[in-house]
Amino acid sequence: MKQERRLRILIAKPGLDGHDRGARVIARAFRDAGFEVVYTGCHQTPEQIVSTAIQEDVDMVGLSILSGAHTYSFPRIMELLRENQAQDITVIGGGIFPLEDIPKLKSIGIKEIFEPGAKLQEIIGWVRANVKPRRALTA
Amino acid sequence: MGGKLFSESALERMEKEYGQWHQEYLKALSKMPERLDRFSTVSDLEVRPLYTPLDVKDQDFFEDIGFPGMFPYTRGVQSTMYRARLWTMRMFAGLGTAEDTNKRFHYLIDHGETGLSTAFDFPTLMGYDTDSPLARGECGKCGVAIDTLEDMQRLFENINLERVTTSMTINPPASIIWAMYLANGENQGYDRKMMGGTIQNDCLKEFIAQKTLMLPPEPSLRLVTDTVEFGTREVPRWNTISISGYHIREAGSTAVQELAFTIYDGITYVEEGIKRGLKVDEFAGRLSFFWNSHVDFFEEIAKMRAGRRMWARIMRDRFQAKHPRSMLMRFHTQTAGCSLTAQEPYNNIIRTTTEALAAILGGTQSLHTNSLDEVYMIPSEEAVLIALRTQQILAEECGVANVMDPLAGSYFVEALTNKMEEEALAYIRKLDELGGMVAAIERDYPQMEIADAAYHFQQQVEKGEKIIIGVNKYPSERPDLEFVLKIDDSLENGQIERLNRFKEKRDKVKLQKAMDELRRRCEGPPCWENNVMPALIDAVRAGATEQECCDLYREVFGTYSDRGSF
Repeated sequence: MKQERRLRILIAKPGLDGHDRGARVIARAFRDAGFEVVYTGCHQTPEQIVSTAIQEDVDMVGLSILSGAHTYSFPRIMELLRENQAQDITVIGGGIFPLEDIPKLKSIGIKEIFEPGAKLQEIIGWVRANVKPRRALTA
Repeated sequence: MGGKLFSESALERMEKEYGQWHQEYLKALSKMPERLDRFSTVSDLEVRPLYTPLDVKDQDFFEDIGFPGMFPYTRGVQSTMYRARLWTMRMFAGLGTAEDTNKRFHYLIDHGETGLSTAFDFPTLMGYDTDSPLARGECGKCGVAIDTLEDMQRLFENINLERVTTSMTINPPASIIWAMYLANGENQGYDRKMMGGTIQNDCLKEFIAQKTLMLPPEPSLRLVTDTVEFGTREVPRWNTISISGYHIREAGSTAVQELAFTIYDGITYVEEGIKRGLKVDEFAGRLSFFWNSHVDFFEEIAKMRAGRRMWARIMRDRFQAKHPRSMLMRFHTQTAGCSLTAQEPYNNIIRTTTEALAAILGGTQSLHTNSLDEVYMIPSEEAVLIALRTQQILAEECGVANVMDPLAGSYFVEALTNKMEEEALAYIRKLDELGGMVAAIERDYPQMEIADAAYHFQQQVEKGEKIIIGVNKYPSERPDLEFVLKIDDSLENGQIERLNRFKEKRDKVKLQKAMDELRRRCEGPPCWENNVMPALIDAVRAGATEQECCDLYREVFGTYSDRGSF
């Protein structure tokens, strides 16, 4: 009999911005929703984020950024995931993005972008509907 | 002669009639109940339907309220307040290159701004030059990129640095950026004794909230104290620390937490100055504060009034300050970025206006009003002009700056002011018990108090207990504003090329000598002979970049990174 394990989620903050309110609130909301959550803290390079995602064996990475530096860090993270054969990890983003950047981010494989004002329940609901454990545990 | 405001007999009668009113109120509610289950401030402090003298009956006019410019300064730090001079209109500005920001400075001055405030980009804030691998994608995005003394010179081109005061939001590298500012000013022929301004330089709130992290707390405090000591001796018109609640509040704290943690940070800086051998009255008068003005109107006014009173009492009683100036909580205010919405962004003008009004009625010394598009990006010229005009309209059309502390004597405002002080003092006692702010930070105490408050607020928004128009009531989509500023990624390469050219021109021997002296001072025990400031001024003149100085700091003092608690 197969039993689905709890979803493991990495909340990561790429770049140098210290606006971590959103990251910490969503990390706690995910934990309260029953997911296992790892949070990187601020000031992470794409290399550090991808390495943590793989080490922690997560099913999803949520990137939080408010500085505008997503134009560099998001594509770099997607590239590194592919290089490490980890492209099946779902990646979503939250924070502040120019409207014209959102389709570009989706075209490189970011599954969803949550903007200011997004409800916690809406984000949790999206995760439940769209993210499956990468490897099911066999009991 | 005491200063009680109400006679015993009047209070007795009020108590009786209050009871009668309350009966009427309950009777009316049985027909039409209150529209909310619970009324509270944005910080979730419960407020009652009505305030009367009974709520402030123990207040003593002379001890607790008094006169503007007189102890305990509840009513303002000057005896004239805005009758003589309006607050300084100081818009936080920084974008792209030094030239771009200089252009914005001139634009704001030409439209009536009265002081400058500089926003640096993230690499500058974190102590990295634009060519650092860690700076990729960040150049000029959230502020101006400053790597060298030449950048600093371009930033303040054609601005009279003895006439205009400049505030610079810079923290771990504050000593270096200040050294660049002073060196540039002197190169332009200005006297450091005449140059006025502020460096934020508040390292403690970085650990608590803003997370611009570089060095561990102890060496961070040593560098802050070096700047305080240098300012006291050499740059007497400079505010060497802007003790900041703003970022604590933006990180999700309540008003009381903002008040308490910020004041406790102030206590810590005063203790450090005294430990260095300075006399409290020599330097305390140059400490300044920085508040957030959030969307809950009365709570903010009460917070600012309580803050002034608390600081005056703390300086007098805890530190035995004698000079009145040492007791003054002079402060800058910025309206709350976190109260703005991406949805229906023009509504942000209304939020900012009420927040600015609260700051004025709270007696601020300078003010930044957020632009309606700041929720997307650093502001465009179109939006920043509306924000500046908001201050000018409040100052000159609405009559709100004509009378000092006009809300004094409001039963509600006085009661809320007392409540703010009382609750903040409870936090101050707790922090004393924990062994001070550095010990509390090591235990994650203020960080987790703020995280709890931020999460609680978000839950209230989700449940509709706190309303944000356009978000959880009358929800609306984010529109595509045509004037949102765009910072080009290609800027980065231009800045890197400029930095490379600058580095090639330097006299390597002179630079090495200056850096050796800086290192010697950093490695030595903290004292005037090892104060980093004179060595930094020489180093940046010899061409040291911001990151080169910060790398030296990191080598000598070690680094500190975010623990990622949530």
